[in-house]
Amino acid sequence: MNRTATLKLPQYSSRDLALGVVRGADTVRKGLQYPALGIALLLALWWWGGTVIANNPDTMAFASFAPGPTLVAFWDMVSTGAVWSPIESSLQRVGLGLVWAIVIGVPLGVAIGYFLQLRQLTHVPFQFLRMISPLAWMPIAVLAFATWDAAIIFLIAIAAVWPITYATAHGVQRIDPMWFKVGRNLGAGPYHTLRHIILPAIAQDVFAGIRLAVGVAWIVLVPAEYLGVTSGLGYAINDARDTLEYDKLAAIVLVIGIIGYLLDAICVRLIKRSSYREE
Amino acid sequence: MGARITIDYITHHYRGQEEATLDGIEVAIEPGESIALIGQSGCGKSTLLHMLAGLLIPSEGCVRVNGHMITKPSPRWNMMFQKPSLYPWMTVRENASLGLIFQGQRKGMRERVDHLLETVGLADKANTNVQALSGGQQQRVALARSLATDPEVLLLDEPFSALDAFTRVSLQDEVNRLVRERGLTLVLVTHDIEEAVAMADRVMVMSANPGRIASTLEIPLPTPRDRASHRFVDIKAELMTYFGATRHPATQTPRDFGETSEKPAARAA
Repeated sequence: MNRTATLKLPQYSSRDLALGVVRGADTVRKGLQYPALGIALLLALWWWGGTVIANNPDTMAFASFAPGPTLVAFWDMVSTGAVWSPIESSLQRVGLGLVWAIVIGVPLGVAIGYFLQLRQLTHVPFQFLRMISPLAWMPIAVLAFATWDAAIIFLIAIAAVWPITYATAHGVQRIDPMWFKVGRNLGAGPYHTLRHIILPAIAQDVFAGIRLAVGVAWIVLVPAEYLGVTSGLGYAINDARDTLEYDKLAAIVLVIGIIGYLLDAICVRLIKRSSYREE
Repeated sequence: MGARITIDYITHHYRGQEEATLDGIEVAIEPGESIALIGQSGCGKSTLLHMLAGLLIPSEGCVRVNGHMITKPSPRWNMMFQKPSLYPWMTVRENASLGLIFQGQRKGMRERVDHLLETVGLADKANTNVQALSGGQQQRVALARSLATDPEVLLLDEPFSALDAFTRVSLQDEVNRLVRERGLTLVLVTHDIEEAVAMADRVMVMSANPGRIASTLEIPLPTPRDRASHRFVDIKAELMTYFGATRHPATQTPRDFGETSEKPAARAA
């Protein structure tokens, strides 16, 4: 028997290494190919739309919606730092609205998922309330809250609470009943069951609900900021419309889209990190 | 270390069922004794075990451990289930530590759990996520988890039935050894006759509708048991007869064979 052959360690030549690097770069390129194409297509569509508007005498006044003027205005806002103040106000409102939605939605979802009677009791009222556009609450919110800020946070929270509640409840309902039985058998009380069994089991579902909630909240934010307040991205859009700065208006739309995308990407990361399933 | 268990006239009706699931069960189990409850599906053996664990309260009668009535689960009696049901977001060590965490006994927990993992042969896997383990290894973690709180009674609900034959035999022997070393009282529910003969001092055969203890068989074999020995095979065969299987002791075999082989010959003649 050739014993040395079996003990021989794999040896990598510099050529293998170079090939490996090239292959690695290739996978990255392949991974980015389609997303890059998607962005390019959107830009092309935008550019085409801009050209159509510019060539039509009726719509010519809105020609600065096109990519060229918009990107110039966008760069101007970023380089002067003017973009940060509305972003900060808006993120703060969305953040507070989401905090309220989580503080209310997660415990509510756990209770609804755990207790069948509560699920039956709340089903009709909650589905009814869920289907009302958050913006329909606006007049009531304005009456009920002393400040515009509080009213906007309320609108965001009431929009975001449903996806969080129902994703959490769904997660609790999916928990393997054996996990509860084993827990009881090991002497787990309600606190331990919640802390060591329910919460880790549903973490991923909760973050999936938060992801949906972030999407809804970010959409509700802009129309909510059309009213009353004098800061934030929604206000900035309205302001640009009033001063006929359409390039600036489009640049803010761009900012809203980018931030929305980033917020979603953060949520996707959180969902992945909270998953206990091994790949 | 083992506890005395008495089952006092347990009768149980599941809601909506006319016939009693269990009817007048009365058993006394000595400290350190190993009992196997065996019977066909639906005879109530698992129901009875859940009552011993305090996971189910009988409609009539009660279970006592060292004279105290069982009303709820306790770390002093612990049950192992057919599925390991480990928590997949935890490592082996975290899973095995849970009973102690629930009891608030965090002091010296790590040494204790690591020692147990060594006992079940998983010391090198302590920091591994349980999803990476085989079925047999997962059941070993469940065993360590059950033993961590130092119970006096170990209750097994067909915990080896989902394992392959080799793993099953080695786990049966291992649990047997651990239980006897620690002097624990063991109650095992199974439908595997060999498992019952391999592990129990006394086998109770249950009949269904209503669930009753139909007969009891002592197994006077020393442990560890040699599964190939004549006595072992004989006891297995005897136990089979309780389930309607015909017994063929060695002395009768030639005549039986003779009869069957004669028939075609007679026809030919």
